[in-house]
Amino acid sequence: MAVESEGAGHSPLAQFEIKPLIPFRVGEFDLSFTNSALFMVIAVVLATGFLMLGTRRGALVPGRWQSVAELSYEFIANMIRDNVGQEGRKYFPFIFTLFMFVFFGNMLGMMPYSFTYTSHIIVTFGMAAAVFVGVTVIGFMKHGIRFLGFLLPSGIPIYMAPLIIPIEILSYFTRPVSLALRLFANMTAGHTMLKVFASFVLPMGSAFFIVGGVIPFALIAALTGLELIIAFLQAYVFTILTCVYLNDALHMH
Amino acid sequence: MNEKSPPPSPDDLDTRLRTAQAKQSELKDGTGRVSRTSGLGFALRIGTELVAGVAVGTGIGLLLDSWLDTGPLFMILLFFLGAGAGMLNVYRTVSRIGHAVGYEKKNEDETSDTER
Repeated sequence: MAVESEGAGHSPLAQFEIKPLIPFRVGEFDLSFTNSALFMVIAVVLATGFLMLGTRRGALVPGRWQSVAELSYEFIANMIRDNVGQEGRKYFPFIFTLFMFVFFGNMLGMMPYSFTYTSHIIVTFGMAAAVFVGVTVIGFMKHGIRFLGFLLPSGIPIYMAPLIIPIEILSYFTRPVSLALRLFANMTAGHTMLKVFASFVLPMGSAFFIVGGVIPFALIAALTGLELIIAFLQAYVFTILTCVYLNDALHMH
Repeated sequence: MNEKSPPPSPDDLDTRLRTAQAKQSELKDGTGRVSRTSGLGFALRIGTELVAGVAVGTGIGLLLDSWLDTGPLFMILLFFLGAGAGMLNVYRTVSRIGHAVGYEKKNEDETSDTER
């Protein structure tokens, strides 16, 4: 695979390959600094730099950078207010960080020659599991054992309980999986599709004179636009679902 | 920056703030509120719910089977329960009665300020 990825006709999946940049092993664990880790560091540095630059002056009439920084702040703050309410305000740092990390990861992935770390299910599942465990802990801290009451919605006849309780438990455990799967699948599918269409340009161009190559090339342009929307939208969906789950844990009924 | 408007008095600001807040909460209650972006985000959400339900059910079933050594019993059972859970999640998301697991409808009025 590593050899192939250098060649001209390489696989559309070669872009997801993890390559260790600084090999490092502890016992049997491979803790190498990989290209994935590199892009996570870049995303964190970029996000931090962007916000530090934006909030450096704190002018009353914001400049360009400050507007964008304030826009992103307000975007998440409104999302939390609409979905969680006032109690959600103290979770703003976590949710904002999550959004920024996913968003920058998706957007960095749109750059040529970059690596999309959100296209790896272990990364997205790691974040989803953190959200899931955190929300569950918050729910238990706030409601105690009563939090288990969500397993049986009221108004359901008791003889339905043996069916409803397993379904509700499964439905609850579905959350981190669907959260992780959605982001991973969208990013992987999108990037694979771009590569597949890109690999059509040269063969079609040489088969039908130059004109044949124009069609897949135009499609790539359109798909890149679509992927940019998806990149934002998936970060948005990931964040809003975190808010929704947090709301469920805080406002148990 | 409109030159026509005089500097707003605190009273004026107060009434404007209240109208804006009323408008916002009104928008929140209405069903047709969803903007285009969040509508698209909403649509993208539901597809994976079905898959995730089945995947989680089957996965837990397989784990239980290998742990308890009970053949394919739990896998088959939890496959169907998982599919049910997936459909329930989709139904809950789409019908907007709440995304919550175990949402209780009778409390809708109390929580309407926090629901979208």
